[in-house]
Amino acid sequence: MSASSVANKRPAVISRAAGRRYRAAGPGSTPASIPARAAKGLLLLIACAVVVMPFIAVVSTSLADDRQVSQAGGLVLWPERPSFDAYRAIFAGGVVSRALLVSVGITVVGTLLSLACTTLLAYALSRPGSFGSKPLLMMVLFTLLFTPGMIPSYLMVKELHLLNSYWALIVPALINGFNVVVMRSFFLDLPQELLDAARIDGAGEWQMLRRVVMPLSKAVIAVVGLFYAVAYWNNYFSALLYISDATKWPVQLVLRTYVVDGSTIGVDSSQITGVIPPPQQSLQMAILVVSLLPIVVLYPFLQRHFAKGILIGAVKG
Amino acid sequence: MALPATAETADSAPSPPSPPAARRRRTWRTRLRHDWMLLALAAPGAAVVVLFHYVPLLGNVIAFKAYQPYLGITSAPWVGLDNFRVIVTWDPAFRNALLNTVIIALIQVIFVFPVPIALALVLNSLTSERIKRVVQSVLYLPHFMSWVIVVAIFQQMLGGSGLLHTWLRTKGIEGPDIIGNPDMFKELITAQVIWKDTGWGTILFLAALSRIDLSLYEAAAADGASRMRQLWHVTLPGLRSVIVLLLILKLGDVLTVGFEQILLQQNAVGVDASEVLDTYVYNNSVIAGNWGASAAVGLVKGVIGVGLVLTANKIAHMFGERGVYQ
Repeated sequence: MSASSVANKRPAVISRAAGRRYRAAGPGSTPASIPARAAKGLLLLIACAVVVMPFIAVVSTSLADDRQVSQAGGLVLWPERPSFDAYRAIFAGGVVSRALLVSVGITVVGTLLSLACTTLLAYALSRPGSFGSKPLLMMVLFTLLFTPGMIPSYLMVKELHLLNSYWALIVPALINGFNVVVMRSFFLDLPQELLDAARIDGAGEWQMLRRVVMPLSKAVIAVVGLFYAVAYWNNYFSALLYISDATKWPVQLVLRTYVVDGSTIGVDSSQITGVIPPPQQSLQMAILVVSLLPIVVLYPFLQRHFAKGILIGAVKG
Repeated sequence: MALPATAETADSAPSPPSPPAARRRRTWRTRLRHDWMLLALAAPGAAVVVLFHYVPLLGNVIAFKAYQPYLGITSAPWVGLDNFRVIVTWDPAFRNALLNTVIIALIQVIFVFPVPIALALVLNSLTSERIKRVVQSVLYLPHFMSWVIVVAIFQQMLGGSGLLHTWLRTKGIEGPDIIGNPDMFKELITAQVIWKDTGWGTILFLAALSRIDLSLYEAAAADGASRMRQLWHVTLPGLRSVIVLLLILKLGDVLTVGFEQILLQQNAVGVDASEVLDTYVYNNSVIAGNWGASAAVGLVKGVIGVGLVLTANKIAHMFGERGVYQ
């Protein structure tokens, strides 16, 4: 490395650091006053505590035993004698276990089908100037502004004889226009020369998607997959509307019935012999924790892709 | 969500000038032969969009029919505008739902909409990237919780046997009833919306903030602008187009106020305080069986929503903003 290149490098580094300082300081290079910074720190600390504290209380209560729950008269902030009885009880079979299976099934099948449809559609819309892509794109964009409304959607599902079928929770939600647009923008940002090269090598559209586009788009596929998975997992209204058979309920409806509406959870005590049944509140909080778990587990892995995936789709240019 | 506008800009940017022009000269038949594979790839997704977004629009005809579930749509007799009677005669139940909807919508635009902007400004002014990232990760999380979970958590924290009341009781104070109190319902759902989505709402604003030209700040500082002046003259103008865009999109579903959220809590506070247009439609159709009248209300609501977007976009253009579409 020659001396001149080092000399060239140094100012660039310094100016980048300065740039970061500018950006970090927000409006202006003038540093904020000490009280302003303290107020800011306190504000953010409180905001984070308001988000995190409920989760700690919920998890603690799900692990607490009868005595402590009745002592506290409700939620427990820290379990003194942690026990997994509540979890054992809800996993012992019965309503909650079945609902979990239903939700997992719908989420897995739905997410895979949604990702497939969305990727194919977004890819077709990302090829410039292809036949019919303009009206197709308009058609997708319009769904972002107009939704058909509850009754027409219900009638559609009814006419297709999907009422009381798990497919009613999947098929109408297969395509989300927002996700299509996010993916399409990502595909458009890939270096188009790669696609041209693949075409010259004789690749068809399917091979270009499979071999060139998809391997480069793992970030956006992960994010869009998370969005679909969260939507399927969190959905309670479609089930309320389309599934009247309580044995087919997904976990969100069980959660609503036993936690929000406060119905008593019948625990099959023969399953856990010789043990006092866990307190009702612990059972409720255990269901809540279990329904939260998949999201909390997936979140850290996908979180770093958020900005990349979303921003490309949303505010570009 | 700045989607439609970006799609247009994205469209023109990457396409090399020659191939599309060459393609346009060919007849549609050769183009179809050339691109059939792409159309085949798009087909499943497009079919779902048509089937569940466009065909159901036809279902709105039952607003003009005396629909009965066992009769089917086609054999139900036409009744003209009869179903719109509840709206025209200002039926008390409908009036209540409409008033609640408008009040909640106003609360959301005035008190909920600015919160993510303020939070984004605070986050943007943090010096440490690491702290910023941690705070963001924590505050994004509630967005991914279902409404059922959010409502359950609020009940557990603020309800009669919740954490807040238990703690107050140890201090010998009997706190106010927050959950299940019709008088505090609007405050409650506003707090829930803020808790759930403020963090997530900052994403777009942070992106817009990171795009502001830093030399503008330098120039302002050189001219002696204080931090407040810089915020007013550089930062806020930089955010303006994103704010306008999100406001327009918000207006489109302004009459769709927290349907799932409200339905979950309706039992606790009663219909008077909590009925909005969406719950009105649900309770009157699926639950009570007045399909035609509910569809009429739903249809009017949808038309007003579309009208609001078009008007807001027009107003945005008059002020020289780009809006959602050109």
